[in-house]
Amino acid sequence: MSGPYAPSMTHRPPSFLGDAWRIARKDLVIEFRTRSAFLAATVFAVLAVVIFRFTWDPTAIPAMDLAPGVLWVIFTFSGLLGLNRSFGLELAERAYDGLLASPVSRESIFTGKVLANLAFVSGVQALALPAVALFFDLHVGSSWGVLIGIVLLASLGLAAVGTLFAAIAANTRLAELLLPMMTLPFFVPLVIPAAQASAVVLRGQPLSDAMAWFKVLLAFDLVFVTACIVVFPFTIEE
Amino acid sequence: MPIPDETGSVSVRASGAPALVAEALVRAFAGRKAVNGVSVTLAAGECLALFGPNGAGKTTLLRLLGGLLKPTRGTTHLLGTPVPGPADTRRLVGLISHHAMLYPALTVRENVHFAAECQGVIDAAGATTDVLGRLRILDREHTPVRFLSRGLQQRVSIARALVHGPRLVLLDEPYTGLDEVGALAFTDALRVLKAGGATLLLVTHNLMEGLALADRAVIMRDGAFIHEEAAGPDGFDLPTFQTRYRALVHEGIA
Amino acid sequence: MASASASSSAPTPTLPSVRGVDALLVLSVALVIAASVRAIWFTPVDAMLGAAQKIFYLHVPAAIAGLYIACGLLAIASIMYLWIKDERLDRLAESAAEVGLLFMGIVLVTGPIWARTSWGTWWVWEPRITSTLFLWLLVLGYLVLRGAVESPENRARLSAVMGSLAALLVPFIHLTVKLFRGLHPQPVVIKPEKPSMSGEMLSTFGMASIAFILLFFALLRLRYRWATLRDARAALENA
Repeated sequence: MSGPYAPSMTHRPPSFLGDAWRIARKDLVIEFRTRSAFLAATVFAVLAVVIFRFTWDPTAIPAMDLAPGVLWVIFTFSGLLGLNRSFGLELAERAYDGLLASPVSRESIFTGKVLANLAFVSGVQALALPAVALFFDLHVGSSWGVLIGIVLLASLGLAAVGTLFAAIAANTRLAELLLPMMTLPFFVPLVIPAAQASAVVLRGQPLSDAMAWFKVLLAFDLVFVTACIVVFPFTIEE
Repeated sequence: MPIPDETGSVSVRASGAPALVAEALVRAFAGRKAVNGVSVTLAAGECLALFGPNGAGKTTLLRLLGGLLKPTRGTTHLLGTPVPGPADTRRLVGLISHHAMLYPALTVRENVHFAAECQGVIDAAGATTDVLGRLRILDREHTPVRFLSRGLQQRVSIARALVHGPRLVLLDEPYTGLDEVGALAFTDALRVLKAGGATLLLVTHNLMEGLALADRAVIMRDGAFIHEEAAGPDGFDLPTFQTRYRALVHEGIA
Repeated sequence: MASASASSSAPTPTLPSVRGVDALLVLSVALVIAASVRAIWFTPVDAMLGAAQKIFYLHVPAAIAGLYIACGLLAIASIMYLWIKDERLDRLAESAAEVGLLFMGIVLVTGPIWARTSWGTWWVWEPRITSTLFLWLLVLGYLVLRGAVESPENRARLSAVMGSLAALLVPFIHLTVKLFRGLHPQPVVIKPEKPSMSGEMLSTFGMASIAFILLFFALLRLRYRWATLRDARAALENA
């Protein structure tokens, strides 16, 4: 009973992927049950598409020129809607303290939450993309695959950076206002390449025209997913 | 570690080897010392009650002893391992506070099961059933926590904190918001825990509840212990302690 | 730096300018005035770009100080704070951010003025000024974050996290803006990056640059001292 701590028959050591996956699933189950943020984000997205559509003069600007911008503006702001809830649910009853007091590593907490946010953001885009295609009469054809790829790449970057700043903002008084202020400059190297690459794809231009943009997206994801995992533990007071 | 049943028949008292040893702990926040030179030794099965005014440093001390905060100076050892230590050793500690530390949208079982898995319990489902049964909330296991009363939520919170069999249980003002019935049930649960050999650290404003459980009582002010007392053979004398407390804390007489 | 302020001020913390004269500040202000005089009256007017080009002597030195030096300091101080946790690094980051914001503001104001007088448009999507705009917003966000965190320790730690990530972001912003710009060449041939200058113009430019860099450091030091005194006062109040 007493004596130095020793590994036990009843406990196993923490596992990075297992813990991350469990946390992601937990976040998604909670979001699925409350549905508030996802609904808000998708309603926002569809409303925004409608507003953009009805303020657009088709004779002045061709659909192909406007649609990518619309798509990615919606992406940015609907993504933000989901991010605060990521840590809001942890802090509501201080469940976060319980999580931090367990053997689960900080890195897996972060990864789990990024995965959940990635699912969230991709889910909203899955609804926004067809809406934009529909309202702007886009003929996407075979480029759906590439477009989805762009969405996933951009969503990963947004989820990583957004989750980290949500963790920071959760410590502050003005979380809802602060999060967009902090993160929007970070989304610039995501949104501009994504919009430009989408434009190339939608216009039917060869993919090689968009290569530079793909590279930026990929590089951003690699650099920032790593960097955010590394700095995340610093968002926790110890 | 088995959680004994309600009769509390299992009794493992201090075997001689201290369970928790803290030496000269100091924790500063931007120049201000929240904890200023605290040393404490506790044996397994002992309960230390921490009293003091707001801002005395009780919560900070609790978190230091549980390895949730790093000290500016000083060391803490829990069962021989330094704390904060490797991630694995965090499972030695259970944390209960006046916040429920639960996910309101998840059910009772989901909350406790999640905690069990995070703590690395191999048979998480079994341990969850076990602890929910002991705390008599198995019948509500599929109710989302947000539909429960505060008293029941606190019981779920206890289940969450104990499902992995911690050796050190930190209690930060757990009686807040509990009605009389809830408070009595809670104290009983803690007694059972103590009898099972876990070390308890209880921070509370409720002198009566705190002294009922404690083997030792400490009054803290400005980050240091200003009074220490051990329970007599019949426990503590509440009125005496109350007078002493008021004198030390409100009058400032050392 | 803390000792300098302790020796020059009264027992209760007050602003350092109450007593004694900040020599560096006086020198740098004098130099800025001298450079301005030289730029306006003693430097030839650029044949192609006209008299408005002289804003250049304000615009680019402010960019050097506000962009490169200030943001560089902010980035380095943030990363090092995460490593060493020395609160002086946090004060340095805070000061660099504020003074940098000011200098970048000068860049963002003089840029459009120059663009308007030279090319008729208020804004030109030129890579460097666009990047400056994003960086300005980033530093503003950094300062808003600092303002939103109550506890000094948390504030230092969290803003250091943001500062470190911001350091990584800068090359991406430059790259994105440059690629974007590459797709949309300006109709007018603008070379705001490297206008060709005569010897006299170069020396005026050099003088202005030195003057602004000195001014930046003078203001930085002033702001740092103020932060030190503020923190010392807060520590006294809390002890």
